[in-house]
Amino acid sequence: MAIVETRDLTKVFKQGQLGAVNDVNLATREGEFMVFLGPSGSGKTTLLRMIAGLEEPTRGDVLIGGRVVTRLPPRERRIAMVFQSYALYPHLSVYKNIVFPLRAQRVPKELRRPKVEWAAALLGIGELLERKPRELSGGERQRVALARAIVREPSVFLLDEPLSNLDAKLRASAREELTQFHKRIGTTTIYVTHDQVEAMAMGDRIVVLDKGIVRQVGSPREVYDDPADTFVATFLGSPPMNLVDHGDVLVGFRPEHLLPAALVDGPAVALTARVTGVEYLGNERVLYARIQDGRFGEQRLIARLPSIYQVEVDEGEVVPLAIPERNLRYFAKNGGRRAEPRQLAWA
Amino acid sequence: MTGSRRAPRARRAPRAWRFRLPPGLWRWVIVLAFAVLLAFPFLWMAITSFKQTTDLYNIKNNPFLFNLPPTLDHLRLLFNETLFLRWLLNTAGAGALVVLITLLLGLPAAYALARLTGRWGQRLGIGIFLTYLIPPTLLFIPMSRVVALLGLQDSLWSIIVVYPTFTLPFSIWLLMGFFKSVPRELEDAAMVDGLTRFQAFVQLVIPVSLSGILTVVIFSFTLVTQEFVYALTFISSAKNQTVSVGVPIYLVRGDVYYWGSLMAACLIASLPVAVMYNLFLDRFVAGFTVGAVK
Amino acid sequence: MRQHDRWLGAAMFVPALLYIAGLVGVPLILAFLYSVGDVTVGSVGYHFVGLANFRSVLESAAFRGALVHSFIFTIGAQLIVIVGANILALALRHPFRGRGLVRLLMLLPWVAPISLGAIGWKWMLDSIYSVVNWALVRLHLVKPFDAPMWLGEPKLAMLSVILVHAWRMLPFSTVILLAGLTAIPRDIPEAAAVDGAGFWRTHFEITLPMMKPIIAVALLFGIVFTFTDMTVVYILTRGGPYDSTHVLPSYAFFAGILGGSLAEGAAVSVFLVPILVLVAWAMLRVAHRTEVV
Repeated sequence: MAIVETRDLTKVFKQGQLGAVNDVNLATREGEFMVFLGPSGSGKTTLLRMIAGLEEPTRGDVLIGGRVVTRLPPRERRIAMVFQSYALYPHLSVYKNIVFPLRAQRVPKELRRPKVEWAAALLGIGELLERKPRELSGGERQRVALARAIVREPSVFLLDEPLSNLDAKLRASAREELTQFHKRIGTTTIYVTHDQVEAMAMGDRIVVLDKGIVRQVGSPREVYDDPADTFVATFLGSPPMNLVDHGDVLVGFRPEHLLPAALVDGPAVALTARVTGVEYLGNERVLYARIQDGRFGEQRLIARLPSIYQVEVDEGEVVPLAIPERNLRYFAKNGGRRAEPRQLAWA
Repeated sequence: MTGSRRAPRARRAPRAWRFRLPPGLWRWVIVLAFAVLLAFPFLWMAITSFKQTTDLYNIKNNPFLFNLPPTLDHLRLLFNETLFLRWLLNTAGAGALVVLITLLLGLPAAYALARLTGRWGQRLGIGIFLTYLIPPTLLFIPMSRVVALLGLQDSLWSIIVVYPTFTLPFSIWLLMGFFKSVPRELEDAAMVDGLTRFQAFVQLVIPVSLSGILTVVIFSFTLVTQEFVYALTFISSAKNQTVSVGVPIYLVRGDVYYWGSLMAACLIASLPVAVMYNLFLDRFVAGFTVGAVK
Repeated sequence: MRQHDRWLGAAMFVPALLYIAGLVGVPLILAFLYSVGDVTVGSVGYHFVGLANFRSVLESAAFRGALVHSFIFTIGAQLIVIVGANILALALRHPFRGRGLVRLLMLLPWVAPISLGAIGWKWMLDSIYSVVNWALVRLHLVKPFDAPMWLGEPKLAMLSVILVHAWRMLPFSTVILLAGLTAIPRDIPEAAAVDGAGFWRTHFEITLPMMKPIIAVALLFGIVFTFTDMTVVYILTRGGPYDSTHVLPSYAFFAGILGGSLAEGAAVSVFLVPILVLVAWAMLRVAHRTEVV
């Protein structure tokens, strides 16, 4: 169990261009499940690989458990990694796959079998030890990859989008298994994903990355309710946060907070909008609308209306909407960072 | 930020392991060694081709240096007083015809195996490929009789007719792989639009596979230039020979080889093919492995 | 599959099939017939003579030598090639500046016509003017008048033939092994690195086993090309000195074409068949197994 730290970590692939990772400063907490979240190209995988030792940083340092490991090869960092494809050795049995790291680290022979059996039991794959990877299902392969990772009792776990190769149905249960696994063993874990639902569900803290820069580090609640800039605000949440141009500032509010005015109590900002589309999704309705009589033009809006509200809304209708004041967020137009609240005047 | 407190540096690997060169350097050593071993004979051919004969046959001289100024005499002799040019033309002409026959027979056959024959098509493909393993050195004796029977002895036509027996299996195998990688939807769309399957084949599949076909052309031509046994067996007069047989057999008077001209001939006959081969190597490997894996 | 397609497929395939069956199948059958007949270059008729040709051929010491040499040369050359190609493929695996040029240089032995490469070596190993010997003398590795007679002394001649075969086959095997090497997903050696394996363990326990099918293919092709080749021997030594470098194909040529006895030549070349059948069977096994994976 150890803390992973990065200091000014940078990776530039092509001279003169923006780096894949730029001056990242991070520190995990002990035993934490930290998620690197971002779109493809955001540098999250490169960052992970530098922590693992598979990429050499252009600048900066990586520290694990207090010691500087930047120039050390992966095997001297006491880490374990699970790859997106699981990277199981196809010609070796499950047992031989799991025992491989023990042999490579020259663990005494007598200790090898007990450790493998312990890891296999932990992941419930004791029956599969003699099989070959090609005979296993996706979920089973993930468990073998985890067993191979845990058998060395590493101080840090690194996972690179391990769920993206599973089909949707399997993903939810595999996600649950991973979370349980982490609760049981408590090792510091860094998990890379582009799926914000995964990040929110699993992470103790989320590091939101874009173009190699850390936009925000925070708990799921913090990054969702208090986004540091427009990127975080629109990346998390589906459908994304509404961003309305108010001339001097951008006003943001989430679709679930945009409701028919009649349903909103307390201090709120009112908007009139013309409904351009309604999607009935069973548990909720998604309304697409455009602001009417606004000083700043017919900007688009999205609202999520839970089914318990039986209010009639039709396409083409002009409806009064409102957002509770406490759900409004303000962003600078230049650069998108959070700005101070101010008085709004739409009309 | 963690402030100015310096974290302890992890201990470096013990001294004993540091005797090895960094991996980058090892790679250069190996690559250089192999490149020299493999290519040196050709460098030697080049040097020999331009050395004056008295320099060449003087054992006291350093063979790597031009102790006398370089000369074009050997080249002059090669082109003016030997049949070398004739051999080059023979080989080029025969090669072109062989490639033509290979394409005419091989393109439809490969397409049939790739698209139109289902499971036993795969087996037939492997069978065809295995005939490539039947070597000329097994067949050349009865083949010489067949050639004589057809009245083709001592003629380039003998090899034009016989060479497709090894260019075809190889080419069909490669082409099968290339055709398989063309999406079926292409022909399906064409047939929905009104073409027959054969028309779709000629008008769509072939143009789309052009680079693969070109690869097959290059490799078939290479096989033609390399062949030795059949040409040696079927063709007896020097003026009808190919480069592969003519150069080592006829550039000699009695027991004495014309080394200068000989080496020049080798170089001239080898380099252009090598350049072309290198350009198409990636496609060749792709076609080879596609065919093998599926 | 529509009926029309089946007919079209057959029609498109049959011409090539007939061509190959005719010009390969017929001579193949003839080869066997000749080996048990009494055909010579000039003869007209045919008489069945049973195993007489085989008996007379097996009694010839030169033939028995050729049989043994065929195996020695093939195994020797292939061993050198497989190890060398492995090393070279590893070195060429990752891109580097100049790799294109290196590849061109490296391909030359394979691409150049066999006879021309062989005659180049004949010049390099010439008894008087060998550049190899000159270099050896200069490096003080041999005494000036003791320089090796590469093509004149039986044991050295055998070594020379093996080395020239290996020189020629190395590029071919390297290219095939390189393809196999690049087919290994990048994740696997990285996982091995994270698991703690160094270079040697990764290579011998992970990389090589994963390359087994492709190594088998390279090896099998190499065996066929070396075992059935007569050109290198013919050009370098004509089978000498004293028949010490004859192999089955070259001996068949000498007996059959130069000697005029087609039957004897056919009998000799028939001895190639068992090896070819073995190799074909092995290749089918490899193909079958990789399909299953």
